[in-house]
Amino acid sequence: MVKITIRGNMATALGAKLSRPDVVPAYPITPSTLFPEKISEYIADGEMDAEMIRVESEHSAMSACIGASACGARVCTASASQGISLMSEMMFIAAGMRLPVVMAVGNRALAAPINIWCDHQDTISQRDTGWLQFYAEKNQEGLDLMIIAFKVCEDKRVLLPGMVGIDAFVLTHTLEAVDVPDQKLVDEFLPKYKPELYLDPSKPMTFGSFGTPEFYQEFKYAQVKAIEKASEVIDEVFAEFKKKFGREYKKIVPYKCEDADVIILTMGSMSGTARAAVNKMREKGKKVGCCKLTVYRPFPGKEIVDLTKNAKVIAVLDRDISPGFGGALYGEVAAQFINTSEHPLITDYIIGLGGRDVLIEDFEEIYDKSIETVKKGRVEKPVEWIHLNQEVL
Amino acid sequence: MEKEMYEVRFHGRGGQGAVTAATILADAAFREGKDVQAFPIFGVERRGAPVAAFMRMDTKPIDLKTQIYEPDSVVILDPTLLDVIDVTKGLKEGGKIIINSSKKATEFKFGKAKVYTIDATKIAMKYGLGAKTNPIVNTAILGAYSKAVGNVGIEAIEEAIGEKVPRKKEENKKAAREAYEETRGK
Amino acid sequence: MVKITLGAINEIAGSSKNYKTGNWRTLKPIIDKEKCKKCWICYKFCPEGCIKKTDDGPVTDYDYCKGCGICANECPFKAIQMVMEER
Repeated sequence: MVKITIRGNMATALGAKLSRPDVVPAYPITPSTLFPEKISEYIADGEMDAEMIRVESEHSAMSACIGASACGARVCTASASQGISLMSEMMFIAAGMRLPVVMAVGNRALAAPINIWCDHQDTISQRDTGWLQFYAEKNQEGLDLMIIAFKVCEDKRVLLPGMVGIDAFVLTHTLEAVDVPDQKLVDEFLPKYKPELYLDPSKPMTFGSFGTPEFYQEFKYAQVKAIEKASEVIDEVFAEFKKKFGREYKKIVPYKCEDADVIILTMGSMSGTARAAVNKMREKGKKVGCCKLTVYRPFPGKEIVDLTKNAKVIAVLDRDISPGFGGALYGEVAAQFINTSEHPLITDYIIGLGGRDVLIEDFEEIYDKSIETVKKGRVEKPVEWIHLNQEVL
Repeated sequence: MEKEMYEVRFHGRGGQGAVTAATILADAAFREGKDVQAFPIFGVERRGAPVAAFMRMDTKPIDLKTQIYEPDSVVILDPTLLDVIDVTKGLKEGGKIIINSSKKATEFKFGKAKVYTIDATKIAMKYGLGAKTNPIVNTAILGAYSKAVGNVGIEAIEEAIGEKVPRKKEENKKAAREAYEETRGK
Repeated sequence: MVKITLGAINEIAGSSKNYKTGNWRTLKPIIDKEKCKKCWICYKFCPEGCIKKTDDGPVTDYDYCKGCGICANECPFKAIQMVMEER
């Protein structure tokens, strides 16, 4: 294992390279552009034996991914923001056709207004495509989760596509120290992808055939069972990864939650700042903990309930917004408790949209608001926006 | 006891290599066993426009993912920026400012900040770094940083230059070393 | 009972032959052998590939012909008539 300093996009590209994909169709978009640049560099330098397909749009990129994956190739791509929106139609098809394509994402806001900075709207809005979703806190996780995603997605019990999100700029453009796993160990961990059925001119068959009303629901049910099964497979793969490479991954990663009255749920890079904030608040005797979700799909609902059921308040932080409702994560966490008679109060904080920096003070404010909620014994304002500048409204 | 986390802000113009300077300094600190982050100001870069880049290092693993608002020191690659932007913004009390300038450090006054100067442009031109119209001063200024701040060694900076600079590695190392020797503060 | 497959893959090549589409037809093409010059334009244009080439001239496969009428429309010698299907 070698330790080097690289940017987030290079980390996901390196994770892809170590996973030895056969085909990489990609269309560059800020902040993920460095990913296809690095892949083409690796291929040109003879460090990587893969076919790079330069396509004319993200829709074509995902179409090429589907075709190549159906032929039995290991396939990956990268995108962000509007690019993912343009892919959306084909993303449903990749999942429905049960093709284990892996995508590196630089999580970026959606226009309008046009914005190149970080939030999770691009991938959260694709949560119903049937893709597995992983979110990295740092570049090391970006690299490791790429390798892990291939192994989970290609598992015969799963066979679904998956994406690994790294936050725009905060990770994609930030240099951090990263342990590079040994290629030999990665090869042992992730053997060649060998699907039982694939497109082959010598043995013709139909992929993506018609699903009439008497069968469509059953196809969807089977697909949903597979992503539910992925929950178990992810645990196995995380355990195997730890054994092989020494680094531990969990679907949810709690920090100082054992005796916490307030538990703050986060995803992505702000999870690190959350820990720093918890440390600062703990010094002042505040009973607060935080927990990051590394896996968002399949949703780790049971794990979240087990962790948070004894807290007084769960403060959910959403770097996304479902207009007319609230944050996506909030709705899903709340739904986990709906049939239990006693549960913590649950509040939602919309934070860090379009690259607004998420600060230690923000976590302190959220803690204070949560304690207010505890005192009142009820939630007056379920969805609140943090750091909102009223003066410009 | 010395504070463990240390943050640096670089000011330059697009194309002068401020981002690479932050990258090299982070890589050098990493070689000395620190955990590091280096990042550009998040956004779009245009050649010639004022840009900033940041470096954060710590003896412990860094959890913090915020941008840098209160740097411990500021490095200025282009002296013309002094008239355009407030380079001392957020600088911690007793912080250090390293300026690429042919003037003496005593000719600058920035409150309680300690000022160091180095004629990095002259050194960059001597070693043929960048074009004559646009010398690349980022490696020379890092030599000055090493001398002025003293928390990243010149040897580590030379090693990092060998790793992160694509061309004229030896010339860049020499420029850093020469700046290190010549840096003066008030 | 037919079981669903992974990702709706159909492993049996050419299985669409099992689904005869001839009963979709309203109009039926009738080839007039006297007028036919065996130019094979109908054969080339049939979107279903259900006109066969024989020494005797083109022959429609009524098991699959959907009665679209493209053959009749394209025939330069007006040798194909679309007539109402009798059922």
